[in-house]
Amino acid sequence: MAGQATEKEDTFPRLLARNARVHGTRIAFRHKDLGIWQSWTWGQVFGQVRAYAAGLQALGLKHGDKLAIVGNNRPRLYWSILAAQSLGAIPVPVYADAVADEMAYVLDHAEATIAAVQNQEQVDKLLSIADKLPRLKHILYDEPRGLRDYDHSTLHPISDIIADGGKRLADPAVAKDIDGMIANGSGDDVSIFLYTSGTTGRSKGVMLSGARSIAAARDTVAFDHLTADEELLAYLPLAWVGDHYLNFAQGMVAGFCTACPESPDTVEADLKEIGPTFYFAPPRVFENLLTRVMIRMEDAGALKRRMFHHYIGVARKWGEKILNGESVPLSARLSYAIGNLLVYAPLKNALGFAKIRTAYTAGEAIGPELFSFYRSLGMNLKQLYGQTEAFLYVTAQPDGQIRADTVGPASPHVEIRIDPDTREVLYKSPGQFIGYYKDPEKTAETMTADGFVKTGDAGFFETGSGHLKIIDRAKDVAKLNSGDLFAPKYIENRLKFYPNIKEVVAFGQGLDYVTVFINIDLVAVGNWAERNNIVYGSYQELANHTQVYEMIRKHVEEVNASLATEPAMAAAQVRRFLILHKELDADDGELTRTQKVRRGFISERYQPLVDALYNGATEASISTEVTFEDGRKGIISGTVKVQDASVYPPGHAEKAA
Amino acid sequence: MNAGLAPGSAMAAATPLAKGDVLLSVENISLRFGGVKAITDVTFDIRKGEVRAIIGPNGAGKTSMLNCINGFYHPQEGRITYKGVKREKMRPHQAAATGIARTFQNVALFKGMSTLDNIMTGRTLKMHRGFFWQVLRHGPAMDEEIKHRRTVEDIIDFLQIQHIRKIPVGKLSYGLQKRVELARALAMEPELLLLDEPMAGMNLEEKEDMCRFILDVNNEFGTTIALIEHDMGVVMDLSDRVVVLEYGRKIADGTPDEVKRDQTVIDAYLGVAH
Repeated sequence: MAGQATEKEDTFPRLLARNARVHGTRIAFRHKDLGIWQSWTWGQVFGQVRAYAAGLQALGLKHGDKLAIVGNNRPRLYWSILAAQSLGAIPVPVYADAVADEMAYVLDHAEATIAAVQNQEQVDKLLSIADKLPRLKHILYDEPRGLRDYDHSTLHPISDIIADGGKRLADPAVAKDIDGMIANGSGDDVSIFLYTSGTTGRSKGVMLSGARSIAAARDTVAFDHLTADEELLAYLPLAWVGDHYLNFAQGMVAGFCTACPESPDTVEADLKEIGPTFYFAPPRVFENLLTRVMIRMEDAGALKRRMFHHYIGVARKWGEKILNGESVPLSARLSYAIGNLLVYAPLKNALGFAKIRTAYTAGEAIGPELFSFYRSLGMNLKQLYGQTEAFLYVTAQPDGQIRADTVGPASPHVEIRIDPDTREVLYKSPGQFIGYYKDPEKTAETMTADGFVKTGDAGFFETGSGHLKIIDRAKDVAKLNSGDLFAPKYIENRLKFYPNIKEVVAFGQGLDYVTVFINIDLVAVGNWAERNNIVYGSYQELANHTQVYEMIRKHVEEVNASLATEPAMAAAQVRRFLILHKELDADDGELTRTQKVRRGFISERYQPLVDALYNGATEASISTEVTFEDGRKGIISGTVKVQDASVYPPGHAEKAA
Repeated sequence: MNAGLAPGSAMAAATPLAKGDVLLSVENISLRFGGVKAITDVTFDIRKGEVRAIIGPNGAGKTSMLNCINGFYHPQEGRITYKGVKREKMRPHQAAATGIARTFQNVALFKGMSTLDNIMTGRTLKMHRGFFWQVLRHGPAMDEEIKHRRTVEDIIDFLQIQHIRKIPVGKLSYGLQKRVELARALAMEPELLLLDEPMAGMNLEEKEDMCRFILDVNNEFGTTIALIEHDMGVVMDLSDRVVVLEYGRKIADGTPDEVKRDQTVIDAYLGVAH
């Protein structure tokens, strides 16, 4: 196939040259500017990148130097990556929303000498930290707005650099030099630093090589049958491995078109206009979209609403089966086809999902209901598991083997091993990183003696399917007194998939059995109460209601039934539970600012309740200090019921809902 | 992008003024509605390129003053001189043609029309092709429309409202509607921009955004701005000079610092101890 990359194309600049040759007149990049989609062909992009490289060379950028890139997804920022790589320099994309201090750290750590940024906001940020960055010599910007009166001695528009470079290329010696560097660049050199987002401590610079990156991208392009005909909307952070892999690396390998949205706020409208064929979004995005669709449908006319609910019912029943190619009665197929005409296709079109052939989600656990909703509409939504150090893919679900509760088998050419003691997932992958920049200690810590990379996540392979299940961060996985595995987040997530349950805290480490605190979702349960004529005055009153307990107990028992079917998890069924008298709140230190539960703090704060869960009491009193939004403090006290939930023998066959 | 938005580029009739020259002066203006005196003998001026604030308690005559300036009301006494020429009685659209644009205290947009269309209406005075050509949707009228759309897109980009381009204005939040109104006023490429409480009813973040846009308009395009505003913090930060009205009379005029220290202003705003 003409579009397939050969072995020699193991650097991105050489891939670009190949694309210019093979796909010269096809669109490579789009960007909506002043309301109009502008586009560039692969041929034009190669021309721009060559000139840009010549311009950067004139600014003093050379092999091994670092070029920082800061901003939203913009064609010229993607070209900055390619232009730097053409010279053998290393591009370092930085999160655009990083605060000045973080940015100073990354730029200083990476030793960037030139920064290519999007606009005035980023220029201002860099100028404010300029004194901490003695190595930074030049700042280039894409959008000139507001920058006219700035001192331009070290500040240049990217367009000028490209124009200057274009002039330099008229000299055959310069052109020969640039083309020589592109032709002779080594695929084994470091081709990019991707900094980890730094949620756990300082961000680390992950070094990736061109040859490995391209090898990995080739595998997944083949895995998902991506061709030069794909269209993508690049809306994820430029510095994130997901964007760099899914849009940039795969785009370079397959030769497809990457579209850049007009601004972060217009993504939804741009999605509709572009109609991507390949799409990635974290579960949160899918969830928000679904909620919005449901709310809008409630406002629709009675006929439309009935039609919608009827055909969504049909889709839930048959849609996934049809998508998976299972045998389905003809009447169901017919009914689904009508539903597609009346509901599914228009709905997908309104969401910009009409042309999607493959969509992925990853990053956190996705609710089975949510997952199957999109699949039932005929959208091929799949899950993958990956990380920056692997250059994304570790596992991915192949077509026809899609499940909400696994992340799929190992990706092509990826080797996975589970550490028998810690249950940590270890892997070797084609895109695997070279090391952390200037941090050999951390690199050594992350690698096993035989060259596997530690993910920090605990998981296990499902017997039979060979799919990997991720259960929790390895350091959070603990054991019950019986020695059985206890993965708090795994249990918490299972329960949180119920719309009535907002937050869950599971206990069990070093204890006899598993118990949970539950926070009900006031909106969902309140709605339910209204429909069932249940009167309540406050969260506390509703949470303590017998019927609410009854409902939550059913949810817990359903989860227990499904845990019972998993040999590794069967012992960790929830024996007792209680519904907290107040909502967990970041202001009280019970959640982190990113809404994660702080298990240790909560168990200390609610010690009497934890005791009640384990001493057989049916009630417990508690009073806790709370911080109101205006900073005042108060006391909430109450009596909380504690209830038992049925557990099931391991291997219990009842199908979990 | 700035070329298309240069102030007054389409109306070089009067002699060009330098920054700091008096653009508009109001002399001894009095305005009565029957027996009610809205404005009594007020005199002040607006210099080219400055941000001029008009402040005062409720009912002080601030909006009436703006209405006089843009020709909506006709004061019984006094005179208004604009670009060195004494103004005769003038209708609002004539004032608009001379480069005066305004926004309103209560948003006055076409609620059923999209943001884009609303801003396009700001270009009406600059469209020259007649009904016939416009119906044809080809040839000169189309070329003209494309040219104006380009200017409007520059403004949309400038005020960062791309995401609401196609949304009916009635569906937008109040803060965004205010921004669209500013966009429409800017579409006229005004020399003098009158803003009537541009920040009323906004939350802090929206206020900060609006402040930045007003300053940007002033810096980038050199547009002279006269604004009425209640938020004293905003007034002190934004304006170069402030005129204070109370019960239709001018009680102070000067830089924000001078006005802030003025005893009559303090009394008017905070009340007098008796």
